[in-house]
Amino acid sequence: MREFSETFQNKSKLISRRMFILSVLKLSVFVSIISRLFYLQISENIKYRSLSDSNRFREWKLIPERGVIEDFFGNKIADNSQSFQLHMIPEDVQDIETLFFRLSKIIDFDQRQRRRIIKRLKKRKRWEPIIISDNLTWGEFSRLNLFLHEMQGIKPVVALARKYATDGSSSHITGYVSDTSIKDLENSELLREINVPGLKTGKSGLEKTFNELMIGKPGIQRFEVNAYGKRIKELELVKGIKGKNYRTTLDQELQKFTSEQLGEKSGAVVVMDIYTGDVVTLVSSPTFDPNKFVHGISQKDWEDLISNKKKPLINKALAGLYPPGSTIKPIVAFSALENDVVSTKKIVECRGKTKLYGETYHCWKEKGHGFMNMRSAIKQSCDVYFYEISRRLGIDRLSVTAKDFGLGKSVLESFNEEKSGLIPNTKWKIKNIGTGWVLGETLISGIGQGYLQSTPIQLCLMMAQLANGGYEIKPRIIDDKYKLQETINAWREEFAFKNDKLSIGSKKIKKLFQNQENIKFVLDALYGATNEPMGTSYRSRLLKSEFVYAGKTGTSQIRKITAEERELKLKNKDLPYEKRDHALFVAFAPYKKPRYAISVVIEHGGSGSSGAAPIAKRVIKKVLERHKLRKKYQLDLFQEV
Amino acid sequence: MSENYFQKKNLSTFDKILNFDLLLLFLIFSLGIISLFAMYSSERGEFSYHTQSHLYRFGSFFFLFIIISFFRIEHIFKSAYIFYISILLLLFAVDSFGIVASGSKRWINLFFINLQPSELMKISLIVFLARYYYKIPSQNVSSIKYTIIPFLSFLIPAYLVAKQPDLGTAVLIAISGLIVIWLTGFRIKYFLYTFIVLICLVPVGISFLKPYQKSRILTFLNPERDPLGAGYQIIQSKIAVGSGGILGKGFLQGSQSYLDYLPEKHTDFIFTLFSEEFGFIGSVVLLLIYALIIYRIMKIGNESRNNFSRLYCFGFAAAFFVYVAVNMLMVLGLLPIVGAPLPIMSYGGSSMLSIMVGLGIAMSCKVHSKEELT
Repeated sequence: MREFSETFQNKSKLISRRMFILSVLKLSVFVSIISRLFYLQISENIKYRSLSDSNRFREWKLIPERGVIEDFFGNKIADNSQSFQLHMIPEDVQDIETLFFRLSKIIDFDQRQRRRIIKRLKKRKRWEPIIISDNLTWGEFSRLNLFLHEMQGIKPVVALARKYATDGSSSHITGYVSDTSIKDLENSELLREINVPGLKTGKSGLEKTFNELMIGKPGIQRFEVNAYGKRIKELELVKGIKGKNYRTTLDQELQKFTSEQLGEKSGAVVVMDIYTGDVVTLVSSPTFDPNKFVHGISQKDWEDLISNKKKPLINKALAGLYPPGSTIKPIVAFSALENDVVSTKKIVECRGKTKLYGETYHCWKEKGHGFMNMRSAIKQSCDVYFYEISRRLGIDRLSVTAKDFGLGKSVLESFNEEKSGLIPNTKWKIKNIGTGWVLGETLISGIGQGYLQSTPIQLCLMMAQLANGGYEIKPRIIDDKYKLQETINAWREEFAFKNDKLSIGSKKIKKLFQNQENIKFVLDALYGATNEPMGTSYRSRLLKSEFVYAGKTGTSQIRKITAEERELKLKNKDLPYEKRDHALFVAFAPYKKPRYAISVVIEHGGSGSSGAAPIAKRVIKKVLERHKLRKKYQLDLFQEV
Repeated sequence: MSENYFQKKNLSTFDKILNFDLLLLFLIFSLGIISLFAMYSSERGEFSYHTQSHLYRFGSFFFLFIIISFFRIEHIFKSAYIFYISILLLLFAVDSFGIVASGSKRWINLFFINLQPSELMKISLIVFLARYYYKIPSQNVSSIKYTIIPFLSFLIPAYLVAKQPDLGTAVLIAISGLIVIWLTGFRIKYFLYTFIVLICLVPVGISFLKPYQKSRILTFLNPERDPLGAGYQIIQSKIAVGSGGILGKGFLQGSQSYLDYLPEKHTDFIFTLFSEEFGFIGSVVLLLIYALIIYRIMKIGNESRNNFSRLYCFGFAAAFFVYVAVNMLMVLGLLPIVGAPLPIMSYGGSSMLSIMVGLGIAMSCKVHSKEELT
């Protein structure tokens, strides 16, 4: 018993000793737990708190309201309007097949859309709303609301979408927006940065040029989210900033009118204020409906547009290249006078053709015009006369004048698609074609054929700079009130100088002439071309004194006329459409107190006098009628004159 | 002696109540209350399924704990082997016809309750070893004769549990077994030898590990290895604890758990949730409660007259400490995620049952501390 007790004591001591060792161990582990807690919760607290916050909060960007585009009077040509959308929240839908079946009875929802949505569903989280349709009609939308209680998981939403003027007359200027593509994202840092799903991007025209400024700044919705990304509650809403609005110099009423005059014809019309350079009208025909692009254009519509031979998507006023034809003759005459190559009294006999180095050069009038002086040569557009003076002038001097007056370089800064055209000279030919310039090419350049390529807006600028007395202007399509005021003040100074001979004239306005009499002579000749019998556009003249205008026709050949064809005396009407001549017309109005210049190009429209001048006549009348209204919106140019 | 013995044998119920360790009772009860608040928070402040059943379990097992406290220590001593063998049989039964849930076979259907025998094994092993070593003199403890049975007694259940697979519980069983064996006076050098052999066996052992177990260990070594997969739990748990700060985010304000970033928040990661909401201060207070419970159990052992009670209390206190430490070190990113519940705090019937039974036996040791065994 005693032995046992002793053993018990020993054993008990041993256990207690080891117990003590174990307790020290326990204590040290507890101390290490506390120091770990101290480290995590006190030393590193800020780090973990921010990690916890970045877990909790998630931001959603809201599509900002896109800036609008207005015409000169504030009418919206690219606006935002309500669009009716249908969203679906997949996790709330009980049976997706039933829902789709029901939807197909209520809205336009076919198998193709069904497949597209099912495909997209697989990639998305079940609580993220998916847009089923972003462009419901009001009828569909109201029917949907009527049956809403029978369908779970869908939500009708009223959102903003781009809405363009329905007549399509300004489609080429505004361009259009559409879904942002991967290529758009690659090209724009801003788009990558904004990166809001459903954001539309400008694809052409002003929408493309000013895209980044028109988008605006997206709003932010901050939510608390759980581990699965589901929104628990909204914490903050930062409203987005609307994109910049742009006011253009256009007159939407005129746009519409001009577009109607062009109808289905393929061509372009540009009207410009000859002092301020404001582009009042710029229409390309045929046009297209940009609204179709906003919600994704259908395959059929797209194919119709790109297979159309008249190329509706191209802005012909800026990107259509045409030989200027006879419309360049005023410049040729002016250049010859300025360079003292000939005088206005120079007489050339036209026998319908002239020969140079064995090559025959024809006049458009087979029988010939007889004896011509410079005025009658412009008035009747005698080719032989201009062969002669361009031969004397030479291509290099002609090209300098033509470039001064706006040909061969792009006119507006606002369009990526604008083409610069071509005014050749001897250097250009050696550099680009590799052979020397030949004199025959000077002859055909003198009647605006050969290598010459111009856009309708260049022709209009050329006319405008002649009509304002030979001063350089800077055309613009974006209305900037400050600049307009400055321009008008400069002109006032210039006119004051001319009338009173007191001041020295405005330094801001560059003169394009040596002797202004030469400009006056050309303008007078143009008066004759429109308002005197035998003039090429005599049949399209306006009689009312305030509408009287002066202009020059042009017919540009797009092929070389062979000797046989000349024998057959083929008329344009008998030729296939693609081979017919382009009809051109440039003019300024009113003749007595010029204010506007116009250029009209009708592709394959036959002769300038029959194809282009009648349209110009109607547009000019309308432009002058609208001038009173326009005047109210700007300082009167001639107030102090 | 016999008079004394007689006297001790017939403690009245009232005497027993007087013998209760009231501080321990209070600590256990407060831990239960704290666990209910934590559970309530894990369900976003709703008195819902987990909180309700945690309440019922704590209520009934606390009652069981009191009942066991009244059991005479002699009865426990005598039924130790039966207790151990029946749990071992249940473990075998789990192996052959247990219930499979989330990839492992841990539960057995006892008609009225789905039991996890591995949890009860933690306690019964300690009782068994305390009983086994009771009569063996300390100088004989290290002899081969007396080594085979103790080692088999924890290796067999640990193997069975690891096979379920439930590595965490298997390790805990093995550790509690080893601690008790060591406490009895087993030579340290043998431990060292065993340790060296184990180290050598690690590469072999790794080949037996399931892929998810391997990935857990690798993830523990570098949680950023796979932040959305296996490392997710550790990272989110550290964020939750760290963002709690000194005073915590406040009751029901723990965003990490409320927004489901925290995994297993009502079971293994309940301490994370508590720590996020009550901060450093709250966590230290909770740790102190655990430390005091362990201290009180050790004190009971120290004051016991018989070596069975001493060995049991010391063993149980050590095991209890290991459960708490392993769980906390795990959620704080200092140990791999092995799946070890925090005593009383974590949701889980079998775990709570085994802890309350263990505490009941410890309390019985206190109530009958003057009792000697024959």
